[in-house]
Amino acid sequence: MTSNGHPTVLPDWTDLPLNEVLLSCQELLEDTDFPTVNRWRENGGKVIGHFQVYFPEEIAHAAGTLPFKIRGAPIEPTQADSRFGSYLCSIIKTSLELALSQRVELDMFVTHPICDAARNLAGIWGRNFPYPCQILYLPQNANSDHAVAYLRGEYDRLKREVEAIAGRSIAEDDLCRSITVFNENRALLRALYAVKRDKPWLLSADEAYVLVALGGIVPREEHNALLRALLPRIEEREAQPRDRIRVVVEGGFCEQLPLDLVRTIARSCYVVDDDLLIGLRWLMEDVSVNGDPLFNLAHCYIEKSSHSPVQHDLRKPKEEMLLKRIRAADAEAAIVLAAKMCEPGLEEQVAYVRALDKENIPYFVSEFEESMTSFDSLEIQLETFLENLLFD
Amino acid sequence: MAAVATDTSIVGRGNQDGARLFREWFEELDRAAEDDTGAAYVFVMGSLTELLRVFDLPIVFPEINSLQTAVRRVAHEYLSEAEDYGYSPDICGYVKADVAVQLRGGEHPMGRIPKPAVAICTNACNTYIKWAEIWERMHATRVFTLDIPGTRAAGGQTWPGDPDFETDRRYVAEQLKELISVCEDQTGIRFDVDRLRETMNHANTMNRSWKRILELNQTRPAVFNALTDGTIYLGVANGFRGSEAGASYFADLAEEMEYKASNGIGTLTDEQYRLLFVGVPCYPIFRRFNELFTEWGGTFVNSTYLWFASGGSNLGFEYDLERPLDSLAEGVLISVRDAMDSMFFQNLVLSQMIDDYHADGVVFHPIKSCRTVSTGLADNRRSLMENRDTASLFLESDMMDRRVVSEAQLKNRVDAFFEGLATRRKRASIEGDETLQPQ
Repeated sequence: MTSNGHPTVLPDWTDLPLNEVLLSCQELLEDTDFPTVNRWRENGGKVIGHFQVYFPEEIAHAAGTLPFKIRGAPIEPTQADSRFGSYLCSIIKTSLELALSQRVELDMFVTHPICDAARNLAGIWGRNFPYPCQILYLPQNANSDHAVAYLRGEYDRLKREVEAIAGRSIAEDDLCRSITVFNENRALLRALYAVKRDKPWLLSADEAYVLVALGGIVPREEHNALLRALLPRIEEREAQPRDRIRVVVEGGFCEQLPLDLVRTIARSCYVVDDDLLIGLRWLMEDVSVNGDPLFNLAHCYIEKSSHSPVQHDLRKPKEEMLLKRIRAADAEAAIVLAAKMCEPGLEEQVAYVRALDKENIPYFVSEFEESMTSFDSLEIQLETFLENLLFD
Repeated sequence: MAAVATDTSIVGRGNQDGARLFREWFEELDRAAEDDTGAAYVFVMGSLTELLRVFDLPIVFPEINSLQTAVRRVAHEYLSEAEDYGYSPDICGYVKADVAVQLRGGEHPMGRIPKPAVAICTNACNTYIKWAEIWERMHATRVFTLDIPGTRAAGGQTWPGDPDFETDRRYVAEQLKELISVCEDQTGIRFDVDRLRETMNHANTMNRSWKRILELNQTRPAVFNALTDGTIYLGVANGFRGSEAGASYFADLAEEMEYKASNGIGTLTDEQYRLLFVGVPCYPIFRRFNELFTEWGGTFVNSTYLWFASGGSNLGFEYDLERPLDSLAEGVLISVRDAMDSMFFQNLVLSQMIDDYHADGVVFHPIKSCRTVSTGLADNRRSLMENRDTASLFLESDMMDRRVVSEAQLKNRVDAFFEGLATRRKRASIEGDETLQPQ
């Protein structure tokens, strides 16, 4: 049992060596039957599925439900294909496939107006399932003085919907307790990214990715316990620094790179920062537990948040934010990716490339798809790019 | 209705006047470009032209400019130019055509377009926002995102008085005040609420007329073709919204359609099948695409395009001029939300549309370029077919890119569709079902 009384969903890892724990986490993440989510349901828990990029998970958590981050999967969209046309990204199809194929069962589905395809998901999902399916209208005008007040209202609306699913009300204290859990989680993820940045030889990009992504499919208390225990053990690893180029990977804000692609990249360079699953790290500082918790969550979303191609904020031009990320991580190059058919990602690539050219920062550009399985050609191109930098 | 009007003076007036207004609009834009007068760049779903006219800003609709390149069969030149610049073949063709227009200093098949001084984009289409970011980078344009919360779940609209609606309305109202400040800063013109009342009054006339015009197409035969004539009307509805010319045009158009309805004048002399169109037209072969249907006696009697591409004017929302700003916020919220509903939750309205317009079939036309409109069409069709025994056709092509438009394949599919419709009718005739018979 976790500290808040929920049955645990992770297999016992406490006595395993670090590498075995990491391997076990990887297997869990790659299991397209989502055993942790199903274990939660088998124990009588409710599941709120939320599509990429950001979702205020604290609200679902405060009601005692499991916020489950829907991020597609490397599966064939056998049934979902008939619900979509051509020319669409893979993640929206495979996400629906997870539900149609009953790999995961939800009690509620929430999508966001992050892109033109994703906002259609509420309608599509709602025509296929009897449970509530809706759009959480996160503000698109982050520069309005009224955005925080509006978002506070939208979170309140969501809270009422979640309460109906959970069959219980959410008190302010519940929310504050959840915020505390997630604050710890955010702090642990920041610590993990500090290892990536400062001692990337201790934690490969794929290992880091697995540890972060696990947060989307297990209760946060368990995720916190795991990270709390593993981070010191990672720091004690005896790996030595190698002569590798430090890169930032950009383009994984929604559809996810196949783990093998992350591994391929990690074989050739140190990934010292990235935007993979940025939604789990969207709030960059602790959310206050003093005062109105919904307001505090809304305020943090607008004022203390990261960036992605799907949020327009006059204060955060995306290309400048990428340059900032590169400089903050002391990176020497960038890998600029976009998922196939991803309109915002593909559009942003143009701005990124021009900004990198202007700043004379080397970059490698490619498209990817979550279901791709062959990386040989990409690996050769990437290695050539990196070797050119090394021997330049 | 003018009793003295004759056929020749009234029938066809809408198309002729629409073409004239369009030419005049682009001539004005040409002059503004010559004078280097910055324009307001806006989009069809939530253009806010009622408000922008108060600040005397020339109005540019980049979507309309882009589709003009396709209709005039030069879109491929613009698309290639944008792709050479770095844009992917897999993004919105409208965006790419506009990128090329901007790279050409505003040169366009209908003249020259002034640069954007300010861009107002709603969130009705996410690509609007990404598009505006391009002008931000190219011209340091001041971009204002007007965020309009849409319907959260199918059938879940809220209305005035509901606390959730009021949260949304306050948000929109506050943003409108912020937009007014931006416009004052950009133009040096102070906001004049009485001028706003005038433009809102013109928009009221337009909305009221548009709603009526759409209703009149329920008559047999249809009084206008929703795909071809309707696109002309849409151009005026957007470009002239909030203007006296736009209001007069729509009052006249309503009069024309009333006349045609009363006198049984349709667009085709032999209307065999009444069709609904769902999606965005195939502009690279605009006329030919329509002919694929009219050759079989098919007439498009309504479309979701006439709803969402008019920014939800189809609702006929009329502003309360006694409380202009509040009412503007309410009207924009309700109308743009409806435009979004007709893309994301259209299965709910299509079923009603089939009944109201006595439709024999529904043509779904998803396009590569537009995921806003196209993502949900296959599932909408699946859902509609589960609930209605109405023939439907699913055709994929594009609104801009002729590389993904295959006329031969389209024709094959369309021919098979009509053969199916004919078979249905014959079978119904044998079974004595009169609802499938031509009336």
